[in-house]
Amino acid sequence: MYQGIRISGFGGQGIISAGILLAQAGMIENKHVSWFPAYGAEMRGGTANCSVVVSSDEVASPIVARPDTVIVMNEPSLAKFEPMLKPGGLLIINSSLVNSKPQRSDIRVAYVTCNKIAEEIGTTKIANMVALGAFMGLTGALGVEAISKALPKVFKRAKPELLELNVQALKKGAETKIS
Amino acid sequence: MAEKILMKGNEALAEGAVRAGCRFFAGYPITPQNEVPEYMSWRMPEVGGSFIQAESEVAAINMLYGASATGIRTMTSSSSPGISLKQEGISYCAGADLPIFFANVVRGGPGLGNIAAGQGDYFQSTRGGGHGDYYTIVMAPNCVEEMGNFPRRCYELAEKYRVPAMILADAILGQMMEPVEFDFELVDPKTLKAPDWALGIAAGRERRIVRSYDLREGKLELLNLERMERYRKIQEKETLHENRQTDDAKLVVAAYGTSSRIAAGAVKMARDKGMKVGLFRPITLWPFPAKALAAIAEHVKNFLVVEMSMGQFVEDVRLSVCGTARVDLYARPAGVPSADEVFTEIEKVYQGIR
Repeated sequence: MYQGIRISGFGGQGIISAGILLAQAGMIENKHVSWFPAYGAEMRGGTANCSVVVSSDEVASPIVARPDTVIVMNEPSLAKFEPMLKPGGLLIINSSLVNSKPQRSDIRVAYVTCNKIAEEIGTTKIANMVALGAFMGLTGALGVEAISKALPKVFKRAKPELLELNVQALKKGAETKIS
Repeated sequence: MAEKILMKGNEALAEGAVRAGCRFFAGYPITPQNEVPEYMSWRMPEVGGSFIQAESEVAAINMLYGASATGIRTMTSSSSPGISLKQEGISYCAGADLPIFFANVVRGGPGLGNIAAGQGDYFQSTRGGGHGDYYTIVMAPNCVEEMGNFPRRCYELAEKYRVPAMILADAILGQMMEPVEFDFELVDPKTLKAPDWALGIAAGRERRIVRSYDLREGKLELLNLERMERYRKIQEKETLHENRQTDDAKLVVAAYGTSSRIAAGAVKMARDKGMKVGLFRPITLWPFPAKALAAIAEHVKNFLVVEMSMGQFVEDVRLSVCGTARVDLYARPAGVPSADEVFTEIEKVYQGIR
């Protein structure tokens, strides 16, 4: 089992923390994991992205150049990361903020209204969790249970109520189907 | 033993040093190692140690000279250009036989380079680095767990032989997160025996002097010869390396640090295709595991060196096999190869083997 994931969006959308959460959950499930951030000359409101590997084997490179899954949370990320995706790979698009359509026909695409779903649950802050939920539901790579356990380890100072909203967002996202 | 923690390489490095008994850290910020001083800035006060953000790299290394002279475990860290600035002080520490510990989280070079990973500081690390005739023990981790566990070994070797020791990492190892399990119990510095050369209150004992110069006729050479003997012992006893599937190999890939984990992925791809390929990974870069590599070269006649530099590490590989095997080079100066790219190079070389 090997899943190389790229998550990308605006700074502030929880891109980096969503990646850490995936790695933490993978570790809880006794997988080999790595997380690697893009850490160039970043700025507030600019783009952020990270690489996550969850694997049954040792991780060679933590930089995921040919992802199995790409999660794009904003418009500019689509053009940047769609070409990297492996043929047959999964593209999860936050269709609340991304209006363009992908160019490729050799990939699987899931449209998730992450912001809208998050807002319905209570706060747009958890739009990233809706996307992660979709990833888990569509790939089966990690269980909602593992992510739920990982949540308090990553967000050490978060209130329990907020963590509960995160779990709801994950579950709602996991209902995503590829149309 | 301990529970697994998901940590950033830089944080594991800092925590590893603290757990190994480091109680003095002085540093100056530079990407991609900023998490080290950041971590130390709160962790040191927590364990009763000292953290100093120095006014410059030069100041930081000289603070280490002073702190280390009192016999305590010290640390500084920086990235390539910053380490260059520290070289004068490192040479002074080597000359004064001070067992300082430092880490270089290498970035792209030369000059200001970039903030991505590179391995261009191999020569600087393994050939002394500063002026004069000296060596530094160099350990090259290839995962976050080793970033956390190697500081302890660095301190022990540095103190045993009274030489500086360093960890040669890179931006990937510093910035990435992986699970870490510390393989040693917390060291309480109070339980460490005070060295018999350390400065302190001299009442009731002979005066001690820590310095890196000696103007008395012929004395410096004698001191250097004595140090040379210590270097020889280190080379004889303290090399570490890892062999993977080298026994039946027709081609062995040689790589260290980040390159070695990527190469390991490529070697696995080659094995899956039935190619007899192995991996040699030095864990200590100085002392270089030359004998272990020469032993492989007795039955393997083809090597492929993978390094994120123009061809520095390859020189030690060639010196070790000493003309008995063909050594090819896949150089990526300040570029990070993917396992696929390394595999393509393996295929090319492998096809040429008769």
